[in-house]
Amino acid sequence: IPPFPAVLKKRLVKLVVNFLFYFRTDEAEPIGALLLEHCRITKEEENVFSISFIEEPERKYCFECATEEQCQEWVEALKRASYEFLRRSLIFYRNEIQKMTGKDPLEQYGISEEARFQLGTHRQ
Amino acid sequence: MKLNERSLAFYATCDSPADNSGFLYKRGERHTAYHRRWFVLKGNMLFYFEERESREPVGVIVLEGCNVELCDSAEDFAFAIRFGGTKSRTYVLAAESQAAMESWVKSLSRASFDYMRLVVRELEKQLQEMRWGLAGGCGGSQESPGAWKTKPSGLEQSRLPALPAIVPKENGCAVWNNALGAEQPPDTSGCGGHDDEGTPRPPPLPPRRRVSHEEAASAGTAVAESPSTFCRLHEQYSREVARLRQDWQQRRRGPRP
Repeated sequence: IPPFPAVLKKRLVKLVVNFLFYFRTDEAEPIGALLLEHCRITKEEENVFSISFIEEPERKYCFECATEEQCQEWVEALKRASYEFLRRSLIFYRNEIQKMTGKDPLEQYGISEEARFQLGTHRQ
Repeated sequence: MKLNERSLAFYATCDSPADNSGFLYKRGERHTAYHRRWFVLKGNMLFYFEERESREPVGVIVLEGCNVELCDSAEDFAFAIRFGGTKSRTYVLAAESQAAMESWVKSLSRASFDYMRLVVRELEKQLQEMRWGLAGGCGGSQESPGAWKTKPSGLEQSRLPALPAIVPKENGCAVWNNALGAEQPPDTSGCGGHDDEGTPRPPPLPPRRRVSHEEAASAGTAVAESPSTFCRLHEQYSREVARLRQDWQQRRRGPRP
């Protein structure tokens, strides 16, 4: 599954937590990785999607997949791959459960006060 | 290995709130001298800067598959971030007070993406159970709190890229997806805010008794009905099973002459 602008190169790509690693197909160590925070995943033409980053929006990392179905799977997976997305999901669920039950679901795990789970901005 | 360093630097320095920040002493890799650095924890990334005002981080430690522990050191308030694997390094850091050390150890222990994902899945499941009325007097599943407080050790390194396709919308889920889009703050990254919430949902769990269950059931069944609600559900399931069994047996016997 090839990445990168201008020249298409065949690469093996692996999504691990919020990183997209890419390998030359016959090697065990990745050539590089993309951190997937503050990025935009865009479906381009058939079988193709691109990743661009907020601080450099014109630069697109293009990926061509073998099939359109695979392409869709990648787009969905990558959109959910950021830590910040997870954090927003957590805050949303926490809020929903609290609205329904009147109780904070994180209390029973002893993590209600953790900075990372707080609604809205928190400054240190 | 190449990294999109500009993006990393952006993440480190942008406005998004840090999960922890402060000065820590970091022991050098080759020499045992400690250097005072400004540390910023965002998500599963621990960035460090030469100075608090520095515009770019000097380095970053990705907090996946690691253990955070106190360690013996000539330096007071020292702790270590330890990675598995022979090639991996152990980072020794020291805080400037007991309180700071404890705060850092706590926030670093829970910083991994994996941990966050675990918590999200659990809440997702809880919400799901509530909406389907299973948690209603019967109690939902109870993982032991201990399982939560300890870090999941290790990381599934080779997670396959192809996640299963989006779960078809059910009544409860459709509402979430819309609400998720509506209630999120505007998302500059365009990444994920309006999408279907994530991972494929497992089939509904059979009701299990929750140890400290006091929650009012969202489905409206009172908590006091706990045994009878369970019995009712048990009965429903058994009727369904009986019916399925009957169908299957009839099919096996084949059409009657």
